[in-house]
Amino acid sequence: MSRHRTIPSSKPPAVPKPAAGPVTLLIGTRKGAFILRGDRSRRTWKLSAPIFLGHIIHHLVLDPRDGRTMLMAASTGHLGPTVFRSTDAGKTWKESVAPPAFPKVPEGQKGRVVNHVFWLTPGHASEPNSWYAGTSPQGLFRSADGGVTWEPFSYINDDPQYREWMGTVQDGTPDGPKLHSIIVDPRDPAHLYFAMSGGGVHESVDGGKTFTTLLQGLDVVEGFDRATPTFHDPHCVRYCPTDPDRLYQQNHCGIYRLDRPSNRWVRIGRNMPKQVGDVGFPIVLHPRDPDRVWVFPMDSGTVWPRVSPGGKPAAYVTHNAGKTWVRQDKGFPRSNAWWTVKRQAMTADAREPVGLYLGTTSGEVWASRTGGASWTCLARHLPEIYSVEAAEF
Amino acid sequence: MTVHIPSALRSYTGQKSEVEAEGGTLADVLSALDQRYAGLRFRIITEQDTIRPHIRIFVNEEQAPGLNVPLQPDDHVHIICALSGG
Repeated sequence: MSRHRTIPSSKPPAVPKPAAGPVTLLIGTRKGAFILRGDRSRRTWKLSAPIFLGHIIHHLVLDPRDGRTMLMAASTGHLGPTVFRSTDAGKTWKESVAPPAFPKVPEGQKGRVVNHVFWLTPGHASEPNSWYAGTSPQGLFRSADGGVTWEPFSYINDDPQYREWMGTVQDGTPDGPKLHSIIVDPRDPAHLYFAMSGGGVHESVDGGKTFTTLLQGLDVVEGFDRATPTFHDPHCVRYCPTDPDRLYQQNHCGIYRLDRPSNRWVRIGRNMPKQVGDVGFPIVLHPRDPDRVWVFPMDSGTVWPRVSPGGKPAAYVTHNAGKTWVRQDKGFPRSNAWWTVKRQAMTADAREPVGLYLGTTSGEVWASRTGGASWTCLARHLPEIYSVEAAEF
Repeated sequence: MTVHIPSALRSYTGQKSEVEAEGGTLADVLSALDQRYAGLRFRIITEQDTIRPHIRIFVNEEQAPGLNVPLQPDDHVHIICALSGG
């Protein structure tokens, strides 16, 4: 889709001072949400009782604009999807009055049904109470009232071209095709990105009136046409808070960096050790240093086991925007640890040195107070972890 | 008529396992319930007005294929979560 567009050119945000307060982890699991509260030293942690025990929680996010509103993407094995809201930092919860839902189609036509809300992103700082949601199957939704009600956003949910690119359930991930990685440029509320598994990466500079694809330089599975968005599977896309013109992506087919205004992704994962490869789900950026990035590789051989390669978990960090990578496995099990980390389940705080946090498919929460140099297990025996967000409040 | 509520939906009905509702069709009854217990309907009925997978609704002892099923005032409506999960 070729539409005219311009890239916002305002100055990058000032580099903030490191945070100093206690860190709280918001954890979404296959069987409920948990809040893990740390002290100021990040050495002592206290796990909450389960919240909405038995619900499938794909994402639990604090609104950084007010420091007390939280939204939670929830469903159960039987019941339909919804969004729960808290306006008192998780003490009490209410359900959205109108959760994300596709429009009802006329009788005789086959309309789409939201299976679950997968991703939540707070809106721009200048638009209080605005939130975006990505769903499975792929849909983009917006709330203007703090998550009380949701409406389809932009034209993409019903656009024939986008619908073709989204493919069908058979083209998506085993847990359902997803729209995720919704990014709002902190310099401009009309500058948006989102990604789809499958369906590629897309950008709007006009508040969603139009979107363009951002696929140049991205690999696809061998034998498929890389010009077709359907075949692109970005797992997670993040932007640098202090340099929003720099994006990083963990893709089904490698690790990439994009420096705007270029439209061409550079595969920086080629510099990872060959025996480990450059496939994983999450990618985590340093809150202040655009050159520092962490990934958590997984085994993508044969039938795609999606576990730590060789049963030996490790993060990898680059300090130079992907030129070189350093293995960080101190503290992790040395063998027989057959878990991995999903795309929303690894994050960083804003402290110095930066704290890293990840939740595993085996229900453990691991943390590093040293930028990944060493790791400690904070909690275990939780359900399969889908998301971990670090918040300071 | 009486609507029997499964445990998974009793957070909406104040933990009541049975509630009374009126309506000429299943669609009417579910709309009436949603007026009283906001959000309940969408957990069991999709935005395309179909009964969600893993949910079954019985009128007396007959499974309802859709929402257009006519109802009588003395009917019993059972909302059932299927025996599935893990």
